[in-house]
Amino acid sequence: MKMGSKLAEDVVSEIRKDYIMNLLSSGRRADGRDFEEYRKIDVVVNFAKRAEGSALVRLGETQVLVGVKMDIGEPFADTPNQGVMTTNVELVPIASPTFEPGPPNEEAIEIARVVDRGIRESKAIDLEKLCIEEGEKVWIVFIDIHVLNYDGNLIDASALGAMIALKNTIVPGSKFGYEDFPLPVNHYPVAVTVAKVGKTLLVDPCLEEENLAEARLTVTTDENGDIRAMQKGLSGSLTYDEVKKVINMSQRIGKEIREKYILSGD
Amino acid sequence: MEKPEDIKLIDENGLRIDGRRFDQLRPIRMEVGVLSRADGSAYVEWGGNKILVGVYGPREMYPKHMQNPTRAVVRARYNMAAFSVDERKRPGPDRRSIELSKVISEALSNVVFTEYFPRASIDVFIEVLQADAGTRVAGITAASLALADAGIPMKDLVVGCAAGKIEGHVVLDLCKEEDNYGEADLPVAVLPRTKEIVLLQMDGHMTVEEIDQAMDMIMKSVDYIYELQKEALRRRYVRYAEEIEEGE
Repeated sequence: MKMGSKLAEDVVSEIRKDYIMNLLSSGRRADGRDFEEYRKIDVVVNFAKRAEGSALVRLGETQVLVGVKMDIGEPFADTPNQGVMTTNVELVPIASPTFEPGPPNEEAIEIARVVDRGIRESKAIDLEKLCIEEGEKVWIVFIDIHVLNYDGNLIDASALGAMIALKNTIVPGSKFGYEDFPLPVNHYPVAVTVAKVGKTLLVDPCLEEENLAEARLTVTTDENGDIRAMQKGLSGSLTYDEVKKVINMSQRIGKEIREKYILSGD
Repeated sequence: MEKPEDIKLIDENGLRIDGRRFDQLRPIRMEVGVLSRADGSAYVEWGGNKILVGVYGPREMYPKHMQNPTRAVVRARYNMAAFSVDERKRPGPDRRSIELSKVISEALSNVVFTEYFPRASIDVFIEVLQADAGTRVAGITAASLALADAGIPMKDLVVGCAAGKIEGHVVLDLCKEEDNYGEADLPVAVLPRTKEIVLLQMDGHMTVEEIDQAMDMIMKSVDYIYELQKEALRRRYVRYAEEIEEGE
């Protein structure tokens, strides 16, 4: 049970829980998927035309819209020759009866920070190419993730949407007296989340599975299969063997998703 | 952060910037029962980290709508003092501390028998007074001590420990320079008796083999830190017993 969390009010009835757990023990999931099977992904690129880049991602019934906006500002003092990126997640009340209006709660902040970490640590964006005048003027990349429908696994949907939006972002130089240019994106991290329900590891949990999960692990890998970020969530525990299994799954599934949904436009 | 050219994290003898070997922890000191008003408390010095934890509860949870009718809610708050870091930290929760509070709360909920205290909150205040990398793992290590000091039933203590990568080498327990200029950080918290992982985060760049190496280093130091925790608790309660005797 999470504290201060409206998400926690999503409950699964005991009879439904028994049903799902029984299915799992016979090797099946309630929606018919295999344990390591991702839901269907559907992407609409440049959905929001006022954004510098955007992507609408549907992951099963989960829907997130990611928009990238750019502005010019000052760099951080410790990185005077690099652009700045920030990631924000809005769990807007349209997405679930349990979401409330207001400033980002801890769930939203966690999702944003996990997505941000994957992009930042894999050096996906070439931030040095976003420097205009060292120490004075750099491009700022705002990644805003708008959750439209919540049916579980917001981290993966958000991370995928963010990468596709970034890859399709045109830096609006002409608005500021420079030239437009495509956002320099060099690496393609993919986050894959696995939920532990009972003793079973379920890739890409839907909402119901998330609500039954004791623990959750997100592993973000790059195109070499190296690990760039990890985040465990929820109060249950994982053995190191389970962690290793999740890393393996993330490498394999991450590769498929990267090729099919991020690199396919090339 | 980019590493300045003149900083070398590993010297020609294969020793780290503070003279440690790759698999060596920083000095750790723990004390329990350091605050008179709190129900339980602990103070940990871990390298240059100074972390104070106070536990209040179990007590009736406010605001009431956050109560859980079947169990207690463990609510940890990780907070850095403004003067705990070189560049003054603006007081109050920022996004980092909100995230850390969340993952620490979740990890501690794993060990507390929350079902004994319906509708209660167990508030764990983690105050970082001086920071030197690894504050979350030192904080959770201290927090579990403070919970034990408060007499809250738990299935085990929690041991936090981090490993990371600097100049291409996997090393245990990063210090500040290593954290700033290193390539990866892997903070972990485990239950020492079963080695179950209750907190796990990672950022940076590591291969699967390097993660393996790092986890191995962490797991090897868990028992040592666990012993320090138990010693700290024993010292406290031996002192307590003596105080009672003197009072008679």
